[in-house]
Amino acid sequence: MYNKGTIIPGLIIFVLFVTFPIWFNGLSAAPAPKPEMPPGGEKKCVESAEYMRANHMQMLNDWRDNVLRDDNRTVVEVEGKKYRKGLQQACMQCHTNKEKFCDNCHTYAAVNPYCWDCHLTPKEAASKGGTR
Amino acid sequence: MKYAFSLLAVIALILVAGLGSLVPGMQYLFGVVIPYLAIMIFIGGFVYRIIQWAKSPVPFSIPTTCGQGVSLDFIKQDKLDCPTKTSEVVARMFLEIFAFRSLFRNTKSELHNGPKITYESSKWLWLFALLFHYSFLMIVIRHMRLFVEPIPFWVNAVEAVDSMLQIGAPTLYLSSVGLVGGVLLLFGRRLVSRHVRYISLNNDYFPLVLIFAIAATGILMRYFMRDNIDIMNIKQLAVGLVTLSPVIGAKIGTIFYIHLFLVSTLLVYFPFSKLMHMGGVFMSPTRNMANDSRAKRHINPWNDPEIKPHSYAGYEDEFREFMVDAGIPVEKELTAVKDEA
Ligand code: HEC
Ligand code: HEC
Ligand code: HEC
Repeated sequence: MYNKGTIIPGLIIFVLFVTFPIWFNGLSAAPAPKPEMPPGGEKKCVESAEYMRANHMQMLNDWRDNVLRDDNRTVVEVEGKKYRKGLQQACMQCHTNKEKFCDNCHTYAAVNPYCWDCHLTPKEAASKGGTR
Repeated sequence: MKYAFSLLAVIALILVAGLGSLVPGMQYLFGVVIPYLAIMIFIGGFVYRIIQWAKSPVPFSIPTTCGQGVSLDFIKQDKLDCPTKTSEVVARMFLEIFAFRSLFRNTKSELHNGPKITYESSKWLWLFALLFHYSFLMIVIRHMRLFVEPIPFWVNAVEAVDSMLQIGAPTLYLSSVGLVGGVLLLFGRRLVSRHVRYISLNNDYFPLVLIFAIAATGILMRYFMRDNIDIMNIKQLAVGLVTLSPVIGAKIGTIFYIHLFLVSTLLVYFPFSKLMHMGGVFMSPTRNMANDSRAKRHINPWNDPEIKPHSYAGYEDEFREFMVDAGIPVEKELTAVKDEA
C-alpha cells in the first residue's frame, strides 16, 4: 500500500463519520419521553391517540386552513364537551402544559414548531390574562 | 431502453420491501437485519475499495495542469490549476470537493455553419451536481435527529435552515425540493443530451432512479402517507439500531420499510459502483499530485532497485566485440581500448 500516512488517517476519519451515531450515543441513549396526559382528567383526544401521534401536525394545518381561509369554524366535540377548532382553543384546553406535553416529544424529534411565535402557550396566556 | 431496466429494477425492490414487510414477523428482517448487513457491507466494501486503490502504484507524475506552471519570476503562476506545493494541492482538492471545480470547466464542442467549431464551458452539469450533492448532504445531516439522543445543536440548525420557508406542517424542506430537482435534472440531462445519452449505461441510470425512489418514498412518508408514521416510534427503532439493541415497538407503516430497504440497497450498491467517486475523488492522482516533477524526481514504484542505471558507454563496453563483428559503428574502437589496457 502506498501513501499509508494519508490514506489510513483518511479511512479512520471516514469510518468515524459513518459511525457517528454509534460513538456519539455511546451504545446507550435516553428512552423516548412520555408526554404528560391532560391534567384535567380528560380521557379522549379529538381522534384516536394512534392517529394523533402520527397526524396531529397535518390536522392542525388543515384546521388552520379551515378556519382562516374557508371560514369554517366548526366546533369539535369530545366526550360531550365542545371545543372551538383551534390550537389554543382546542388542543391547549386539554393539553394545558405545553412544556410537558408538546415539547417533550418535539425535543426528542428535533422539531421546533414556529406556531408559538404568535400563539400563546397556556402559561403565557395565563400570565397575560388572555384566552387565545 | 437502459433507463427502463433501472426503473424496473427499482420497482422490483419496492415490491419486495412493500410486500415482504407485510408478512408477519418479516418486519424484523426489513427493519433490523437488512439495515445492519447493508451498513457492514458499505463500510467494509468502501474500505476494501480504497485499500485496493492505495495498492495500485502511480508510475508517473500525472497531475492535470490547467494553468501556467511555475516559471520565470515575472510570469505569474496559476497556483490552483498548476499547484507545486502541498498547500496549493490541498487548496485545489478542497475546491474540487466542495465546489466541484472541474465540472465548472466541462467543455463542450459544437459545430456551426462555416464549418466552424466552438468550445464553450457547459455549466449545467456543475449546477445540477451542486444542487444534488448539497441537498443530499443536508438530508443526511438532518436524518441524524433520528439516530442520536441528545441531538447536537448543528442538527437542529440544519433542520431550521432547511425548513426556513415554513410552508405547511410538517414543514417543507428545501433539501427535499433540491434533491428531487437535482436528480430529475441529472436524469434529464442523460436523456436530452445526445452525447451523454450515447455513453450512459445501466449503472449510470440505476443510482439516479434509486435515489429518486428514496427521495420520493421519504417525501410520501412525511407529507402524504403518515398512517402509522409516528416519528417517536421510528426514532426508537433507529436509536436502537445504533445502540445495538433494536426493538420494533408499535406498528410502522409499509412506506417506511420501503424507504429503509431502498436506502439499504443504496448502501450495498455504493462500494461496487461509480458512487465510489466519493472516496475516489481523494485518490485521483490527476488531482492530488503536485506538478513538481521538474523539482523533485517522481520515483516509479515499479522500479526494481536491483536494476542499476546502464549508460551507453557501459553498454558499448559490454558488447563492443559483437558490435564490431556485426559492423555496427562504435565510439571507441577495439584497438583504442586495447591500447588503454
Ligand atoms: C378533549 C381534550 C383534548 C383535546 C381537545 C385534545 N386532546 Fe390530544 N389527547 C387527549 C387525551 C385524553 C389523550 C390521550 C389519549 C389516549 O391515550 O388514548 C390525547 C393524546 C394526544 C396525543 C398522543 C399522545 C401520546 O403520546 O399518545 C397527541 C399527539 C395529541 N393528543 C395532540 C393533540 C392536538 C395537537 C390537539 C389539538 C388539535 C389535541 N390533542 C386536542 C385530550 C385532548
Ligand atoms: C404569524 C403569526 C402566526 C403563526 C406563526 C401561527 N399562527 Fe396560527 N393563527 C394566527 C392568527 C392571527 C390566527 C387567527 C385567529 C382567529 O382569527 O381566530 C391564527 C389561527 C390559527 C388557527 C385557527 C383557530 C384559532 O386558534 O384561532 C389554527 C388551528 C392555527 N392558527 C394553527 C397554527 C399552527 C399549527 C401554527 C404553527 C405551525 C400556527 N398557527 C402559527 C397567527 C399565527
Ligand atoms: C407523541 C409525541 C408528540 C406530541 C405529544 C406532540 N407532538 Fe407535535 N410533532 C411530533 C413529531 C414527532 C413531529 C415531527 C413529525 C415529522 O417530522 O414528520 C411533530 C410535529 C409537529 C408540528 C409540525 C412542526 C414542523 O415544523 O414540521 C406541529 C405544528 C406540532 N407537532 C404541534 C404540536 C402541538 C401543538 C402539540 C401539543 C398540543 C404537539 N405537537 C404534541 C410529536 C408530538
